[in-house]
Amino acid sequence: MIEIQNISKSFNEKQILHNISGVFDKGMTNLIIGASGTGKSVLLKCIVGLIHPDTGTVFYDGRNFTDADKEMKAEIRREIGMLFQGGALFDSKTVEQNVMFPLDILTKMSPTEKIDRVNFCLKRVGLENVNSKMPSEISGGMKKRVGIARAIVNNPNYLFCDEPNSGLDPQTSILIDELILEITEEFDITTVVVTHDMNSVMGIGQKILFLFQGQKLWEGSKEEIMSSGVEELDNFVFTNKVMQNLKDK
Amino acid sequence: MKGFGRYLMFLASLVVRRESFKTYYKLTIEEAVLVGVNSILLVALVSSFMGAVTTVQTAYNMVSPLIPKFIISQVVREMTILELAPTIIAIIYAGKVGSSMSGGLGTMRITEQIDALEVMGINSASYLVLPKVVASLIMYPMLVILAGVCALLGGYIVGSLTGIITPTDYIYGIRFVFNEYMITFALIKSFVFAFMISTISCFKGYYTKGGALEVGISSTEAVTTSVIAVLIGDYLLAQLLL
Repeated sequence: MIEIQNISKSFNEKQILHNISGVFDKGMTNLIIGASGTGKSVLLKCIVGLIHPDTGTVFYDGRNFTDADKEMKAEIRREIGMLFQGGALFDSKTVEQNVMFPLDILTKMSPTEKIDRVNFCLKRVGLENVNSKMPSEISGGMKKRVGIARAIVNNPNYLFCDEPNSGLDPQTSILIDELILEITEEFDITTVVVTHDMNSVMGIGQKILFLFQGQKLWEGSKEEIMSSGVEELDNFVFTNKVMQNLKDK
Repeated sequence: MKGFGRYLMFLASLVVRRESFKTYYKLTIEEAVLVGVNSILLVALVSSFMGAVTTVQTAYNMVSPLIPKFIISQVVREMTILELAPTIIAIIYAGKVGSSMSGGLGTMRITEQIDALEVMGINSASYLVLPKVVASLIMYPMLVILAGVCALLGGYIVGSLTGIITPTDYIYGIRFVFNEYMITFALIKSFVFAFMISTISCFKGYYTKGGALEVGISSTEAVTTSVIAVLIGDYLLAQLLL
C-alpha cells in the first residue's frame, strides 16, 4: 500500500499540485486520471522520488519515503518497477539485456537464473524470440511490453505506469491494460497507473483518483465514476457521444 | 557561479552510492574503446599533418644560413610535445568525444532512460558518467603520446622527402638538449584536459531539458565550454608548471 499526504509542488512559482492526499491499495490497479497538464505525471514523479515535493509525504507500506536518507530511498526503489511513457529502454542494449539489467545491478543471481527469469518475464508479457533484438527493431507496443517485463523482472512490490497506452492503437492498448491488471492481481502488487484514456479507466480502474488543475476532486471506482456528481469529472469522462449514451442508459 | 556550483555538486555525485567494481570495470572498458580506440585513426591523421606542416613552416621561417638545419626538428619537437599534441588534440577530442558524450546523455535524459535508472535505485550520474571520465583519463594521455609520435614522424617524412632537412639532422635535432620534463608536463596537461572535457561534456548532457533541439544545443555547449576551459587551463598550467 502507498499513502500520499498533502503533496504540493510548484515550478517557478506556478503551483502544479495542491495538497493531494490518497491511498493506493495493494493488489489493485490504482488510476490517476485527469486532463493533460493537470499534474498527473508530476504527482507520479513525486511518488517515485524523481521530483521532490515542496510539502507532503509519501509512505510505502508505512515507510516514509520522502524524508528517508539516500540508502533507505535506494532500498525502497529496488522494490519499485516502472513503465515509462516511451518505454525508456536502453538504446545500446538488446531486449534481453534491457530486461536483465535490474538483475545484473541489483541481485547476485547466477547467469542461468537470470536468463530463466528474463525468459519467464518476456513470455509473461507475450514476447518470445525477441531476446536479441535492439529496441529500435521492435514496435511501440512491443517496447511497452519489454518495459513491463523489465519493470516486473525483480519481483517489485510496487508497479508504476506512466501513460501506458500513449501512442498505441486501441487493440494494443487494451492488451497492455489487461496485462497490467493481470500482473497486479497475479503478483499481488500495488499498481499506480497515470492515464487520460477512458478505455483504460473503464477497463482496469479498480480505484480512481481524479485530478483537476492540480487538485484532487474525486476518488472512487469505475462503477462509481458514472454517478460522481462532480461537474469537472463529468466533463472529462463524457466528452464523446459513446460515453454520453452510456451514461444516458 | 550557480552553474559552476552545480558542476561541483555533479562531480561529487559521481563518487557517492557507487555500484560494484565489476560493473564499472566492464563499462569503463567499453567506454575506453569508444573514446580511445575509435579515435586513433583521426588523432594519427591530424597529428601527422600537424607535424608535417610545422616542419615546412619552421623551415620557411628560418632564412638565416647561420642557423643549423637541426633546429627545425628541435622546434617541431618543442611545439609538438609542449603544445600541439596535448592542446590541439584536446580540441579535436572535445569535438569528437565530448559532443558524443553530451549527445548520448542528453538523449538518455529526454527519453527517460536516466529516470529509469534512478527509479531502480541506481545513482545514474555515477553509473553513466564515472566510466566515461575514467576511460578518458586512461585513453586521452595515450592519444596524446600517439599524437606526439605521429607528429614527429610526419615531420620526419615530409622533411626527408622534400629535402628540407636530412634524416640525420632531423634525428639529431629531436634529441638535441632534450628536457624530459616536457613529457611530464604534456602528460599532466593531458590528464587535466581529459578530466575537463569529459566532465563538462557529461555535465551538459546529463542536465539536458526538453527535446531533440535541446540535445543539439547541449552538444554544442559541451564542445564550446570544453574548448574554452582547455584554453584557460592550458595557460594556467603553463604559468604554474613551466
